[in-house]
Amino acid sequence: MKTFKTGGVHPPEKKFSENQPIEVLPLPETVSIPLSQHLGAPAVPVINKGDKVKTGQLIAKGESFISANIHSSVTGTVTKIDDVIDASGYRKKAVIIKVEEDQWDESIDTSDTLKKDCDLTSEDIVKKVNQMGIVGMGGAAFPSHVKLSVPKGKKAEYLLINGAECEPYLTSDHRLMLEKGEELMVGITIKMKALGVNKSVIGIEKNKPDAIEYLCELAKEYEGITVEPLKVKYPQGGEKQLIKALVNREVPSGKLPIEVGCIVHNVGTTFAVYEAVQKNKPLIERVVTVTGINIEKPSNLLARIGTPVSAIIEAAGGIPSNTGKVVSGGPMMGKALSNFEAPVTKGTSGILVFPKEASQRVTQLNCIRCAKCVNTCPMTLEPYLLALLSDKKRYEMCENNMIMDCIECGSCHYVCPSGRPLLDNIRVGKAKVGQVIRERK
Amino acid sequence: MSLLTVSGSPHVHADDSVRKIMYGVIISLVPAMLVSFYFFGLGALIITLTAVVSCLVFEFLIQKYLIKGPVTIWDGSAIITGVLLAFNVPSNLPLWIVVVGSFVAIGMGKMTFGGLGKNPFNPALVGRVFMMISFPVQMTTWPKPIPLSTQLTDVVTGPTALAVIKDGVGRGEKVSQLLPKVPEYTDLFIGNMGGSLGEVSAIALILGGLYMLLRKIITWHIPVSFIGSVFIFTGIMWLVNPEIYIDPVFHLITGGLMLGAIYMATDMVTSPMTPAGMLIFGVGCGILTVVIRVFGAYPEGVSFAILIMNAFVPIIDRSFKPKRFGEEVKNG
Repeated sequence: MKTFKTGGVHPPEKKFSENQPIEVLPLPETVSIPLSQHLGAPAVPVINKGDKVKTGQLIAKGESFISANIHSSVTGTVTKIDDVIDASGYRKKAVIIKVEEDQWDESIDTSDTLKKDCDLTSEDIVKKVNQMGIVGMGGAAFPSHVKLSVPKGKKAEYLLINGAECEPYLTSDHRLMLEKGEELMVGITIKMKALGVNKSVIGIEKNKPDAIEYLCELAKEYEGITVEPLKVKYPQGGEKQLIKALVNREVPSGKLPIEVGCIVHNVGTTFAVYEAVQKNKPLIERVVTVTGINIEKPSNLLARIGTPVSAIIEAAGGIPSNTGKVVSGGPMMGKALSNFEAPVTKGTSGILVFPKEASQRVTQLNCIRCAKCVNTCPMTLEPYLLALLSDKKRYEMCENNMIMDCIECGSCHYVCPSGRPLLDNIRVGKAKVGQVIRERK
Repeated sequence: MSLLTVSGSPHVHADDSVRKIMYGVIISLVPAMLVSFYFFGLGALIITLTAVVSCLVFEFLIQKYLIKGPVTIWDGSAIITGVLLAFNVPSNLPLWIVVVGSFVAIGMGKMTFGGLGKNPFNPALVGRVFMMISFPVQMTTWPKPIPLSTQLTDVVTGPTALAVIKDGVGRGEKVSQLLPKVPEYTDLFIGNMGGSLGEVSAIALILGGLYMLLRKIITWHIPVSFIGSVFIFTGIMWLVNPEIYIDPVFHLITGGLMLGAIYMATDMVTSPMTPAGMLIFGVGCGILTVVIRVFGAYPEGVSFAILIMNAFVPIIDRSFKPKRFGEEVKNG
């Protein structure tokens, strides 16, 4: 069984919604579509207050290389362009649209028929992905056209598809693999063409045997695509961990996967690329898992971007009375929301609802130097030390101890028997060290 | 609408705590404890209880009245210190010495540095060495094991197996002449010998160690490197001259080596954090133990060896970093 070697944890999986087929969420009354749903520069709005927009119409343009276009996910009137608080907790500019109907832009193929052949050139594919505003849908939301443009002097060898879904609770990728398997295969072929690679490996954690079996069957018809079952271990789906597991290469510290000839895309992104290239459909909706211990009907919903979280939880049976915390994303890396009106964005893989008793952190005690964090860190860092150095503002020592290699997977905090907020401190240290590095340049 | 808690990820926590770890260690100490009660009778039970109760009381008094902070005596760490302290003394030690030792262990060894997690030296060993130096006669009067005895006084005493060999060789006798004077190896292995009450039974200590390994409380690095380096080091000397140096197996199953390697050196607080550091630490403990046992003034050197290596932990932590992911790229 393939896996990454060092560290990792195995939290209870709790995939309550794994057998729930993807359902279409009814349109909400209003959507608020943030202009910055991706890493990089925010998109610049191209519509004004009062404008009528159609579903799929471009409403904001990503003007720098690392940015992404934003499209309207509904048909209606732009009521305002205003600040909303999104999952990050910060106020961000968003286009707020009052939903009137659902009239799709004429250029979009809304049919369900599978379109296998793609006669676009590699450049045209990347251009299309850029136009359609595709970003990484695993959580980090890195603009996909950037990943698909191999820098000069580098060569891509493998396209790795992340179907690990190593976060507990989440099942959106799992359902996508089961229900849109053919589309995923076509999406992979398109991306292989764009990258000029002839090998692609789909990594899926072993706790999804049905998806592994189904995709293995499909992959027989597609040249160069293989499916690889992975050990159930968090963070198996971390980019660097996945590369290590699938092709046994280690991305050097501070470098990108292309350094070892790999490009990693999530299955959600792959499906979005298929729709963008073959159906001319921009990224305006995505599958969101809504789940939690007290959620009446854990589900996988196809939601329009900008839908308020409250509408999503409502569709899963309503907000439980003792709700104490709502997380956007998985329990290990997701962000706690400050309000129920935060919008679903391109990177929202799940909405997790925790009851009050599971919302608070455990009591913090002295570090007893048990070394669990050191043994658990998948990047083989020393979390206890980084947290301490960061807390004491010894940032140069943080840098020497490779703080920038931290992938913020949270395994250290998860295992700490003293309940110490290791990752909180490390994040602060990373931010400071990152600032220092940028100033040095 | 209810207020939401906002905190950084992760939002779930492993089902583990300091208390669970500490009580896990206590459970693993039970076999050795039972063996000590079997061989040293009521005396062992009384000493263990006295040490545990005094450690708890001193920790309580210091936390409540001196530091005036939260009282955390039930986190299990003071109980472990008490049990380990008792394990390190003869079963007929006057109880007041046990109380003094507990005070030194908890007061000087642990609380002066800020309590659990802050102490650089193993508290039980600090207490033990203090007693060893202050009360050498009482601390080296070893009762002979009498299974299931309830007798408290007038027990037959004698030197430990290590001391028999050390003194004999010191007088110029040969190892082969001295061997009949020490118990059979099987007796040494199960614990039927004179010694500190918890250190005698190698088998019980190994059992406890395996339990801790299984519960992932300790890793194999320190015990294996400690015991392994003692074995190799004494083995080399034995090969050089078996008439002066006794065989390595004898070194493994006598004295406090098993107790030290499995319980004292692996104390999380006072041992290194990285696997490489742990190996260095274990080897250091092993070599120092042998040096003291063979060339030093004391017949036993485990506690000194561990305390000395405890002092090296910060420098070991600084010098032996884990091999970072992506540090050395070997791409095939």
